[in-house]
Amino acid sequence: MVDHAVTKAELVEAIFNELGLNKREAKDFVEQFFEEITAALAAGQPVKLSGFGNFELRDKTARPGRNPKTGEPIPISARRVVSFKAGQKLRTRVEGHAGSGE
Amino acid sequence: MTRSELIATLAMRQNHLTAMDVDFAVRVILETMSEALAAGRRIEIRGFGSFSLHYRPPRLARNPKSGEAVSVEAKFVPHFKPGKLLREQVLDSSPMRS
Repeated sequence: MVDHAVTKAELVEAIFNELGLNKREAKDFVEQFFEEITAALAAGQPVKLSGFGNFELRDKTARPGRNPKTGEPIPISARRVVSFKAGQKLRTRVEGHAGSGE
Repeated sequence: MTRSELIATLAMRQNHLTAMDVDFAVRVILETMSEALAAGRRIEIRGFGSFSLHYRPPRLARNPKSGEAVSVEAKFVPHFKPGKLLREQVLDSSPMRS
């Protein structure tokens, strides 16, 4: 990809530029944003951000797995995982992207 | 948790921002992220996870009503890979583990 990835620093910069917060406050805000989403998901609550997408929780049953290096069979325990479903608005914006993806 | 619930929770943790400011700040974050993805950039948030685009090749699909074949153009779809911290926290909360 041509451009480097967006990180927290770039989100902090955007908050700093658009709101009257100083760097410290902007950084705290961005961190709290991801902390609260994480906390909701950790509490078993899906997070729906209209216009962007939904973070959902999926419960997976146990299944047999394998150590890819040694080929040795190892059981994979039942677990809960996060999945993201992009909203229609985001999908439409991203769909026609002409550059290289992966 | 909905977007407005997230805004309310964040507003409670803020001394220097009104609920309206928080609403705007959340919009700035989501818009910055959406814009980046629309430009084909990745997003990497340490501990939380990363967003990238996945390529979907063109395919022939069918209109389920008429049965008519329709060609669907190649496209990109957003993809999220949860980070280590998020994975661990969600795993620990799993009802099957507690």
